[in-house]
Order: sequence, then structure tokens, then C-alpha cells
Amino acid sequence: MGDPAFPIRVRGLRTAFGSHVIHDGLDLEVRKGEIIGVVGGSGTGKSVLMRAIIGLQVPDAGEVEVLGQSITDAVDDDDIDIRSRWGVLFQGGALFSTLTVAENVEVPLREFYPEITDELRHEIARYKVLLSGLPAEATAKFPSELSGGMKKRAGLARALALDPELLFLDEPTAGLDPIGAAAFDQLILQLQQTLDLTVFLITHDLDTLYEICDRVAVLADRKVIAVGTIPELLATDHPWIQEYFNGPRGRAAQDAKARHAQAGNRLAVAQEDEA
Amino acid sequence: MRALTQFQITPAPDGGGATLAFSGPMTVASVGHVDAQLRHIDDTVAVIDVSGVAVMDTVGAWTVWRLSRDHGASITGCGDSAQKLIDAISRADANAHSVRPERLPLLQRVPDKVGEVMIDLGHGIVQVIGFLGQVVLSAGTLIRHPSRFRGKALVHQMELVGVNALAIIALMSFLVGIVIAQQGSVQLRQFGAEIYTVNLVGRLTLRELGVLMTAIMVAGRSGSAFAAQIGTMKLTEEVDAMRTIGVSPMEALVVPRILATMLMLPLLGFYSSFLGIVGGAFISSLALGIPFFTFLSRIQEVVPLHDVWVGLAKAPVFGLIVALSGCYQGMQVKNNAEEVGARTTAAVVIAIFMVIVLDAFFAVFFTEIGWG
Repeated sequence: MGDPAFPIRVRGLRTAFGSHVIHDGLDLEVRKGEIIGVVGGSGTGKSVLMRAIIGLQVPDAGEVEVLGQSITDAVDDDDIDIRSRWGVLFQGGALFSTLTVAENVEVPLREFYPEITDELRHEIARYKVLLSGLPAEATAKFPSELSGGMKKRAGLARALALDPELLFLDEPTAGLDPIGAAAFDQLILQLQQTLDLTVFLITHDLDTLYEICDRVAVLADRKVIAVGTIPELLATDHPWIQEYFNGPRGRAAQDAKARHAQAGNRLAVAQEDEA
Repeated sequence: MRALTQFQITPAPDGGGATLAFSGPMTVASVGHVDAQLRHIDDTVAVIDVSGVAVMDTVGAWTVWRLSRDHGASITGCGDSAQKLIDAISRADANAHSVRPERLPLLQRVPDKVGEVMIDLGHGIVQVIGFLGQVVLSAGTLIRHPSRFRGKALVHQMELVGVNALAIIALMSFLVGIVIAQQGSVQLRQFGAEIYTVNLVGRLTLRELGVLMTAIMVAGRSGSAFAAQIGTMKLTEEVDAMRTIGVSPMEALVVPRILATMLMLPLLGFYSSFLGIVGGAFISSLALGIPFFTFLSRIQEVVPLHDVWVGLAKAPVFGLIVALSGCYQGMQVKNNAEEVGARTTAAVVIAIFMVIVLDAFFAVFFTEIGWG
């Protein structure tokens, strides 16, 4: 069995589509209880890495271990019995289009815990939907009646249906308006703290990285070239990392974070003064 | 064996509310077993004690919160994390009223559904006629602006509808020809009229079966493909994207498909008739002693030319129906993947049904005008 302090361990991963090599000798360890952000240019295989970790993509070589169980040694789908302990939010939500939002959330519950009564299952689905920040009215709606942001929230509700220990999020804030994206960030942070989750987060959103990620893993040159907090990454001299965090957008996000912190400090000082 | 949630109710000595004490894990895997019992607690619970709970997740927290809400009970013995969970749940639950869609009683639901189906049917007929009108309009536009006509799409569809169907239609027609000749000859032998097997096979295949079977086969092969393809394009907003670029989906998707089917069906129908006759000649030479080429030359003598025209005249009409049904149903797809399946089924069923209805109409019509 693996080390419980590292729910996800990837060693020497190699994936290739034909002659096009995506990952070669990729290593990554995710610590328990952290939000790890995975960044990288388009086409560096962030989503492929996630698919390899959750067993949707069979790598050519290397080992993947999730919650102490080897994914790469699994011969068929039934060998992976930790599916009830993780939740996955796909990029587009990937909701079942013929089911309502509530029924979507009920699917994993029905699948893994058939003994749960209908009544309790409805209630669970309802509060999960509410926890994901959707109004109660949304439970009876079909995915086609939801906006993009609402679909992501509904997808999150389904990912959280079984109270997983591990949450995989593929670009959760892409395509959301800045206010919606900030709210989604806060929602993830809040859920992570309340439910004690380990979150594997793929993102292009620099604000998300600054706001909620404990560590950031950078994918480039077919490997994870660096893992660490943002200040640690800034201290490295890899050109891509420098360009990523010190480019115009990176600077803007940095400034925003600084302003945010300053405002928080001022508020705290003001409150102390009043007291 | 996984551990389950346990609970114990201790009535208060002074006759007030009872104490409900939980122990063991309270998680999604363990609460389900006791949920039914918890819903039927008769005593009034005043205090819920969770100090004996080993682990709690949101399902456990929800159960505790729901009990405390319904009984007006207080919660004691919460650890930090359990308290955080219960707080989060109660925050989400507050101000949100339950929304469950209302369900009519059976006696009202049935007529409700029947009425809906009838109204949809009426709308459907009007919409199909409207769709046909749109197709004619687009065709008219294309005649006025021939440069906008999509020749490549037409040829591609002709290949899919026609060329790719050659093998299956050949096999089907050949076998049906064999069946007609063999079964017909058995009946005709009783009257000593075996030689009329030639008339039977020749007239039946050229006049009726060739085109009818081809239309049914094309409805199954291509009508369904049209519906599924256009339907999926609707779902993925490809059709909308076309519109915004200024490409008319009618001109780019529908007209080439309908035209290709209308052009290919007479050819396929004639081809099918021909192979049906070959099948009949083949079995006749084996079983009836009519030589193969004698059979074929007899066909020329006994089948009037107007039988060929009857068959060929029906074919484009059947083609129109099959393609129109497929494209129309495809364009009606919205919302979800289930709809694609339902619309594809509808496209094939309606097309085959309409083809057979029209075939009956044509049979009477051509006989009445003297092409009997």
C-alpha cells in the first residue's frame, strides 16, 4: 500500500499518440489535503495527465497510484474500486443530458449505495446542488436548460455526490465571467476546507492559481518541470515559468492578489482600531 | 463487512424529549441502512448526541441536521469538523424551499398525454409542409444562383446513398427474386402454368418490389443517417455556426441530401429490379428447367414497357419522402442525446410508412389510367 500522505503518485509516466509523445518520464506527487494547480501551455497534456490518473487513458509506461491503489496495474475497469472515493468535473460538465440535475447527482449514489432510500437520496442530491451554489429550482432542470456556469456547478455537485476524498477539476473556471469565476474559486476553497478534500486542479486561470492553490505543478517539455508555491516557482529561472507568471496577465493577477491582501489588512486594522 | 451507523434513543426521565445518541461512522456508506428507521421515530427528540460518531461526512451531517430541524432538537457532542459540515449544510438548506415536480394522477395523466400527442401530430404535419416549402424555396434560390450550389456535397451524398448501397441492394434483390420465382412456380404448377413465373417475376419486380424494397432499404440506411447526422450537428451547435457564417443549412445540408436521394433512388430501383429478375432466372434455370437466357428474353416479351415507367416514376417521390423525413427529423433535434435516437427512429418509421401508403395510392392510380 502507498503512503497515505500522498493520495496521487505518478512515476515515470509516458504517454504518446502514435509518434507524438505527450509525456516522457513525468513524475508528480500530490499531498493530502492540498489544492494543487496544474498549468502548462496548450497541448502539454494537462487533461491527458488527468485522464491517465483516473484510468481513462492507458499510459505507455510508468506507474500511477491513487489512494494507495495502482491504476496502471488494473487489468479491467472492475479492478479500480476506489471510484467511489474520487469525484471528477470534466471541462464541459459532462452531465447526462437525458437526466435532470438532481438525477445526475443521484447516479453515483444509486450506483455505489443502492441501500439508500429514495427519500434520503433526493435530499442528498438537493443539498449537494445547494452546496454547489445553484438555486433549489435548478434541481428539476435538464442540462440543456442551464447556462455554462450552471452546468459547471451541477457537474461539481455530481463530482461531490459521494463525499470523495479526491476531487479532479478540469478547467473549472474557463468560460465563466470574472465574478462567477471568483465565486467558483471561493466555492472550491470553502468546500475543500469544509470537506477536507485533496484537489487536483487544471487551470489556465492565473487568478485561480493565486487565490486558492497551495502548490502549482508546471507541465512543459513533456515533464513536470517544477512543483511548488508560486514564490518558489518565481525563484526558478525556467523561461516558460518566468514568462507565464511575469507576463502581462501574470503581473495583473499578482497585483490583484496584492491589492486583495492589502485591502484585507486595512480592514483588519480598521476593525482593530474600532475595537 | 463495513461498519454501520448505530443509534439509541433514551427517553428523558421527566417525560420531556428523548435523547438520540449516534455511534459508529456516519458516512454515505453507513447511514443508508438506518435512514428508514430514523424517519419513523415516534418520540420527540430534544437532544441529538453525536459524541460517539467516529467519522462524519456531509450525508451524516445532513441526517443529523434534518433530524434536528424536524424535531426541533439541539445537537451536542460535535467535533470541529462535524460542526463545520453541519453549518455548511444548514446554510445551504436555509431559504431554499423544496422543489419536486408535481405529478398528475393516472386518470388525468393518460388523457393529458394523448392530447399532447395529438396536438404534436397536428403541429408536426404543418411543420413538415413548412419544411418542404423551405426546401423548395432553397432549391429555387439555387436555380437562380447556380454558383451557390454545392456540387461536391451532392456527389458525396450520391456516393453514400447510391454507390455504397449497391452490394446490399444486390444481395437483397437477388434473394427476393429467387423467393418469388420459387414460391410462385409452386403455386402456378397446380394449374400447369409454370411458364407464367416469368411474367410474375418480371412484372412484380419492375413495377412494385424493386423500387419499394430499395426505398425501404435506403430509408434504413440513409434516412436514419441523415437524421442522426443533422441531429448531432444541431446538438453541437454546428448548424447554428453555419447560419452565423452565412451558410444556409438548407442549402448546404438538406438540398444536397434530398437531391442525391431523389437522383439515386430511380437508379437503385431499376438496378434492384434487374437483379431480382436475374435471381428469378437463376432459380428457374435450376429448378424449373427454363434456361437462364430464355427467361431473360421472355421478360422482354411479357413485361410491357409501361411497367418500367411506373417503377421509375415512383422512385423519385419515394426518394423525396425518405430524405425529407430524415432531414426534417434531424433539424428538429434539440436538448439531448436521447432526442437524436428518438428522431432517427421516427425518421425511418415515418418514411417507410409513407412510402407504403403512397405505393398503394400509385398502384390504384396507374391501373386507373390504363397502365395496368
